[in-house]
Parts: sequence; structure tokens; C-alpha cells
Amino acid sequence: MATTSYRVERWTRQSRLFAVIIALVLMVLAIGPFIFSADITDRLTTLFVYVILAAMWNAMAGYAGLVSIGNQVFIGLGGYFLIRLSDAGVSLYPAVVLAALIVGLIALPVGELMLRLRGGEFAIGMWVLAELSHFLVNLDPVIQGETGTSLTALNAYPPVAARNDTYWVGFVLMVVLLAVVFALLRGRVGAGVQAIRDDEVAAASVGVKVHAGKRIMFVLAAIGCAAAGGVWLATTISFQPGTFFGIQWTAYMLFMALVGGLGTFEGPIIGAILFFIMESWFGATGVAYLIGLGVTALAFSLFLPRGIWGSVETRLGIRLLPVGFSLRLVNPDGGRDRD
Amino acid sequence: MTSLDAILDARGLTKRFAALVVLNEVDFAIAPGEAIGIVGPNGAGKTTLLNVLSGAYPPNAGSVAFAGHDVTKLDAAERNRRGIARSHQVPRPFGGMTVFENLHVAAAIGGQFSGPAANDICVEALALCGMIKLANRRADTLGLLDRKRLEMARALATDPKLILLDEIGGGLTDAEAQELVLIIRSINARGVAVVWIEHIVHILLQVVTRLVCMDAGRILADGEPRAVMRNPEVISAYLGSGAESAA
Ligand SMILES: Nc1ncnc2c1ncn2[C@@H]1O[C@H](COP(=O)(O)OP(=O)(O)OP(=O)(O)O)[C@@H](O)[C@H]1O
Ligand SMILES: [Mg+2]
Repeated sequence: MATTSYRVERWTRQSRLFAVIIALVLMVLAIGPFIFSADITDRLTTLFVYVILAAMWNAMAGYAGLVSIGNQVFIGLGGYFLIRLSDAGVSLYPAVVLAALIVGLIALPVGELMLRLRGGEFAIGMWVLAELSHFLVNLDPVIQGETGTSLTALNAYPPVAARNDTYWVGFVLMVVLLAVVFALLRGRVGAGVQAIRDDEVAAASVGVKVHAGKRIMFVLAAIGCAAAGGVWLATTISFQPGTFFGIQWTAYMLFMALVGGLGTFEGPIIGAILFFIMESWFGATGVAYLIGLGVTALAFSLFLPRGIWGSVETRLGIRLLPVGFSLRLVNPDGGRDRD
Repeated sequence: MTSLDAILDARGLTKRFAALVVLNEVDFAIAPGEAIGIVGPNGAGKTTLLNVLSGAYPPNAGSVAFAGHDVTKLDAAERNRRGIARSHQVPRPFGGMTVFENLHVAAAIGGQFSGPAANDICVEALALCGMIKLANRRADTLGLLDRKRLEMARALATDPKLILLDEIGGGLTDAEAQELVLIIRSINARGVAVVWIEHIVHILLQVVTRLVCMDAGRILADGEPRAVMRNPEVISAYLGSGAESAA
């Protein structure tokens, strides 16, 4: 037994308040289609896709040190399997989930291979993997090469139902995936990956299985990005391989995660919202735009490596999510020792 | 001591980096609860020996047995779970976590503790290392000395049977060094075997009952501390630890 009397807290007043705010926001979002216009509903669905992508890229890069420029491979495969499953008669929304799980299954052996690569090799290896998958998917006659195909199952839905259902699926997937990340971070696995984030060698020295931690984040990201790809397909209807396997996704993910705050839970969400606003203002297209995103992300990683949220967190000493621990000493007279 | 009683038994350890032989067929055994000091000139291979014992590097030849099992093929994480903990000469804190969280990962994963037991061992290790007041500080805001202490406290939180300490005393004032001596003595008094690499011999001698001197990847002398310090080879290794140390 410890000789010092103490209490370990995980929830703070801040994080309790924040949880209440989050619950309220989620409640409003849950009934979104009833209160928002069709246009806003559509745009929020896009935001959910961005939040998922940012959170998943962060799960890999921010926590497991796996910087990838090829996560579009999962987005593309998510879309592709959705087309295939839906053509095979699986109803649309279950097919989104099923497609994501299939991609997760594929990611198990593929990850085993990719995780042998280090640093830059891994990043580029992922891009090669995306290009290779793009090429293979194009070979499928159903896809008709770069022409692509459409998610014909959506025609069976009245447009309003399709819009609203896609919104809800996107919303639920986002909430579930963020909840999974949160639960991971709060538990043993998350403690391990946060240690990996900070120092792999030190992590191994205190018993953390670095490879296993990376594998978990890799597979989680595969499932999450594929789910995002499925939702994206349900909003755009047409599956053009060039778009789904395109490198622009990497520019988006990099921007959202790096600007928002790599290796923090909240950062990528903030980054996604920022990106979403920028995109609506500047109308996002063209090479110059992508380069602009890349340069901004790079500038952040050089000058503000913890991103917007990371800096706020450090400077103000706040933590909105109760993923950490704080130690409170209790004096023998019952008073609290504040250091 | 016969090697059957040893908590750790390393035989014929050889480690090369390209053409450079950094450990040359080193035999090294540690009895349970023993306190051993390692000295030797810069580049002698002391840290490399720790790296090979803790599993951070695989050896090119030789074997390591721990608590009666061959652990040569096990990685650092697995060896830690079995009871080998270490500090790093250049501290490697988990910078994005608080001091307490640094220990908590170690206790939960390396030590396999959960719930209140995990908290208890962290508080105990922090108290022992005099770091309680720093518990809620982010580790990347600590200065060098506190980072070194954190290395030791975090290693202790895994509840090891053997702790390998790599130069945690450098840069301390006399008073601080005395405090460190007390800390390491009390770790050892709990039955944890200690291997402590340190250049400041007089601090080391207050704790250890056995001293090992390394030079150029070999163990030059191993035994009763004062006898080792009087050993002519040891003296010449120290005096000659420049141009002619390879002789
Ligand atoms: N990862 C590595 N790659 C290449 N060479 C290395 C590596 N680690 C150590 N060395 C070399 O091995 C030799 C022994 O290094 P080691 O760090 O074990 O010495 P040491 O006895 O701990 O020295 P010090 O007292 O300076 O800490 C040195 O020549 C060093 O340059
Ligand atoms: Mg050294």
C-alpha cells in the first residue's frame, strides 16, 4: 500500500461540462434532417465524412506514428465494396458497414506487410498501395475503368429519404468511430498508443507492444476511412475510381489533422470543421488549392507541431476529454494539498 | 554464485555495429537482489550492454536468460513484463503525458496492474523518487534532472525484479547525489536487483557491493568494488582512455 493518501481523478469539472455540451450538440445533430434545410443536411453529411477521415488519419499518424499519404486506398476500397455489395443485393446502408468491415479484414494481412516499412517508406508505400488498388479496381468490368459506375441502389429511394438516411448513417458512423477512438484512448490500448506516439523505444521499455499497437490503429483507420468512403459514395452516387483513390484525400487529411492538432482527440475534429468552412468559402478545387492545403499543413507541422488544439491545451492547461489521470493528494487533516 | 541462482545470466554476448565490435563475448550474471555498479571509459559498451540485456537490441551472438528462462529472442516489451526495467541515458519521457500518466502506462502495461493497484504503485514510485509534487506536470516541461528521475520512477512502476540504471546521477550537486544514493538503496532494500552505470565512482561505491569495469567491449574486472578500483588494468583503462586505450 502507498503511504501517501491520495485520489486519482479522471473527470474534471471542465470535462464534465464539455461532456454535457457534446451530448447537447449530438442530440441536435441526431435530429438534423428535421430542423435543417436540405442543403445544410447535405453539407453536414460531408462534414461527418471529413471528421471521420481526420480522426482516422490522426489515429494512425498522431498515435501510432504511422504517417501515410495513401489512406485514400481505404476510401476507394470502401466505395468499391459498397458498389459490389449493393449490386449483389445487400441493402444500401448495411452494405456501407459491411464494406468497411471487409476493408478492415483486408487491412489485417496488408498491414502486416506495410508495417515492416519505416517512416518515409511506409508513407510512400501506402501511396503505392493506393495506386495499385486503384489499378486493380479498374480491372473489374463492373467499374468500367475510369468511367466508373453509379450506386444504382440509391435510385430506389426517394431523394429526401436518401438524403436523410445518408445523413443518419454518416452521423452514426462518425459517433461510433469517435467513441471507439475515445474508448481506446481511455483504456490500456490507448495508454500504450499514446506512449508510442511520444517515444517508441521508451514505450517498448515499459512493456508496450509497439507493433500490436500500430496494427490496431492501422486496422481501425482502414475501417473508418472505408466507412467514410461508403458514406461519401452515398452522397455523390457516382463511383469514379480516379476521385475515390485520389491523392487529394491525403491533402485534406493532412491538413485537418496537422492544423487541428496531431495526437489529440479534439484536434482533428476542429481541423475538419475548419477545413469544411474553408472549402465552403473558397470553393475547393484545383491544384493550387491542394498545394495551398499542403503548404499550410507543412507550416503548421514546422511551427506549431501540436496544431491549434495542442497549443491551446498546452498553454491553457485544459483537457476537455477525460482520457488522462490527475493525482490529488489528501492531507492527513482531510484538506487537499494543491501543488 | 553459481549461474543457477542468477536472476539474469548472459553468456557470450557479442554486439557489432557494422564492423565495430561493441560487445565482445561478454559473460555477465546477476544474483537476485544484488547491487552492481558498472564503470568504464566513454564508448566502452556499457549502454550497449544494457540495451542487449533489456532487449532493445538483439545480440549478434550469445544468450540472455532471465529468471530461469531463455529470453534472448524476446523483445524489450516482453522482457519488461517479465521483470527487467531500465532507464535511458538520454531521457525518453512520454512528453505529451503528465508525470503520473508516464508511470501509469508503465504500471498498467509493463506491470500488468489495474485499478487501485496501478495507482498505488505509481504513487509509491513517485514518493520514493521524490516526484510527488510533479505528478500532474507535463513531462515535456521537466528539466534534465527531473527527466532522469522520471526515467527511474517509470521503470519502478513496472514492478521489476531487476532495474538497469544508465547514468542517472550526472550533474547532481553533492546533496542531490546523496539523496539519489538513499533512493537506490531503498529500491535495492526491497529486493530489486540493481545494475547502475555511473561515471561518478564515489557515489556508486555507497550503494553497490560488486563493481564491473568495462573497456572496449569487454569486462576488464568484476568483483569487490575496492579491489576492482585497485586493479592495474582498470587504472590504465581510465588513465589511457584516450589514444592508447585499445592496447
Ligand atoms: N546504435 C548504434 N549504432 C552504431 N554505433 C553505436 C550504436 N550504439 C552505440 N554505438 C557505438 O558503440 C560504442 C559503445 O557505445 P556505448 O553507448 O555502449 O558506450 P558507453 O560505454 O555507454 O559510453 P558512455 O560512457 O559515453 O555512455 C561507441 O563507439 C558507440 O559509438
Ligand atoms: Mg552510455
